[in-house]
Amino acid sequence: MPNTYFLQAQDGRRRPDNRFHLRKTHSLQKVREKLIEGGLLLCAALSVFITLGTVLTLAIEGMPFFREVPLLQFLTETTWTPLFYEKHYGILPLLSGTLLTTAIAMAVALPMGLITAIYLSEYVPTTMATVAKSALEMLAAVPTVVYGYFALLFVTPFLKRWIPTLASFNALSPGIVMGIMIIPMVASLSEDAMRSVPRGLREGGYALGSTRFQVAVKIVLPAALSGVAASFILSMSRAIGETMIVTIAAGLRPTLTMNPLVPIQTITTYIAQVSMGDIPVGTLEYNTIFAVAIALFIVTFVLNIMSFLLKQRFRETYA
Amino acid sequence: MRPGSGSRRARTINGFLDRLFSVVGLVCTVTGFFVLLFLLFDVGRTGLARLDWAFLTGVSSRHPQKSGILVAWVGTLWIIVLTGMIAVPIGIAAASFLEEYAGKNRWTHFIELNIANLAGVPSIIYGLFGVAVFVRGMDLTRSILAGAMTMATLILPMIILSTREAIHAVPGSLREASFALGASQWQTLWHQTLPAATPGILTGVILALSRAIGEAAPMMAMGALAYITFLPVPPFSPAPPYLNTAGLFSPFTVLPIQIFGWVSRPQQAFSINAAAAIVVLLGMTFLMNGIAAVLRYRYQKKRMG
Repeated sequence: MPNTYFLQAQDGRRRPDNRFHLRKTHSLQKVREKLIEGGLLLCAALSVFITLGTVLTLAIEGMPFFREVPLLQFLTETTWTPLFYEKHYGILPLLSGTLLTTAIAMAVALPMGLITAIYLSEYVPTTMATVAKSALEMLAAVPTVVYGYFALLFVTPFLKRWIPTLASFNALSPGIVMGIMIIPMVASLSEDAMRSVPRGLREGGYALGSTRFQVAVKIVLPAALSGVAASFILSMSRAIGETMIVTIAAGLRPTLTMNPLVPIQTITTYIAQVSMGDIPVGTLEYNTIFAVAIALFIVTFVLNIMSFLLKQRFRETYA
Repeated sequence: MRPGSGSRRARTINGFLDRLFSVVGLVCTVTGFFVLLFLLFDVGRTGLARLDWAFLTGVSSRHPQKSGILVAWVGTLWIIVLTGMIAVPIGIAAASFLEEYAGKNRWTHFIELNIANLAGVPSIIYGLFGVAVFVRGMDLTRSILAGAMTMATLILPMIILSTREAIHAVPGSLREASFALGASQWQTLWHQTLPAATPGILTGVILALSRAIGEAAPMMAMGALAYITFLPVPPFSPAPPYLNTAGLFSPFTVLPIQIFGWVSRPQQAFSINAAAAIVVLLGMTFLMNGIAAVLRYRYQKKRMG
């Protein structure tokens, strides 16, 4: 029997039937309700304005740079020396530095995070997995400046014992530390995805005599693939945007190299370096940080959206 | 070859793989903890010896032995309280709208997509946004207020996402009972749904604020300085009007920036200072995370029992 007090909206949500209310409530209250709804909508829309503001800021402040330096030169030149007497504006060294530290971090975080996720979702009882996950979150709670300290003053000297050619500032040590920092993110999000795979699929596998490992790798992992991929992509975006660890431990020398043992510079480090320095606002030197920030924003934007859409597709399959 | 022998061998291999993985999985899971313990041990060994009352109540100086973190931790406190005052109401309002009011249409999807992206935007870009909009656009200079507003933009998406989850977890029967008694949508939200979701919301808020305590990148992009030797005017005064807003507009530094300033100096005495300041920063972060964990635990127990 239909409930007369509610309207069943298209999305399945129930709302009070306003036609029914009209007779009872004061019109003043109706106005109040509308005002409140408008206020809440404004707060929700604020996030859109923040995005717009960010895009506009980057575009407006980056524009003077691209008026002086052609886009092609920016994307193809192989040296980045905007602060030197002889200026070159090629972003490739900063991109290679970012790529290098990110690749090292991913090489640590993806396998470790995925194995942890499989272990927690398929091998361990739920209660223990919850405890382990919240304990792992401690790793994610440590401020990045602390990881930077750890990378520079502990990991680099430690690695130097095995690799004597390692420079004091390098990509390897901050990359590894960044990877460890990201493990909980990969583990937690992948575990969520795997846990939401329906139990029936697993039981089918077990009924055919599969081991836990076979069920995990051949049934659960493929079924949760889009959710797992979403977690990988999101953590990659996180590594690309990480600032403090690389600023402290990777150096300030933009170098087009894939050698993890020498000082490099990432996009984020360059922005931090110029912001902390005393370069006057409005000069071409200052505007370079907005030009590289545009590149950073575009890369992370694409990754974030990809991750969101993948996650949504995953939810639609199993919700 | 006897039939079935292949499958028996396969079974042994599979059984071996299964047991092997239960070891590998355990090792991978605990590796993170060991690294964390190592980090804590390393920092604690260096930092605890340096940590004393004079360090907590001294201002920064060129001489590492005379330096202290008073300005830094007071700055962090200011920033956190203000950030919370700005971001929490807006975040809860936005989440309430998206959960309770918005229909499932293209606009809602667009806002959701937008928030998901914002949550992943590198924090240093928020710093650039803060410089352009708050520091220069609103002419707030590099003040506490500009810093708090930047930080609030950074943690807003986090608060919205966690609040939505908390509101979503409130059983629908509660709302229906309230509607049935003639309450309006806002009355239901304010008197029933939000109070029921409070523990969950609080957990998310605390976690977001603890993230804000440790964030240095946006403050760096804003050009916050490590060497400030005076405190902002305190917000409360003993005489009427009791509140003083002058402090909002003073320059500031925060603990992570102070630590960064010390780490990037080559002298060892400064890195010892950094370790001591890290002990304080980690203490604050873990305290907040601990409170959040206890809240979540109690909440879950209450919901189940």
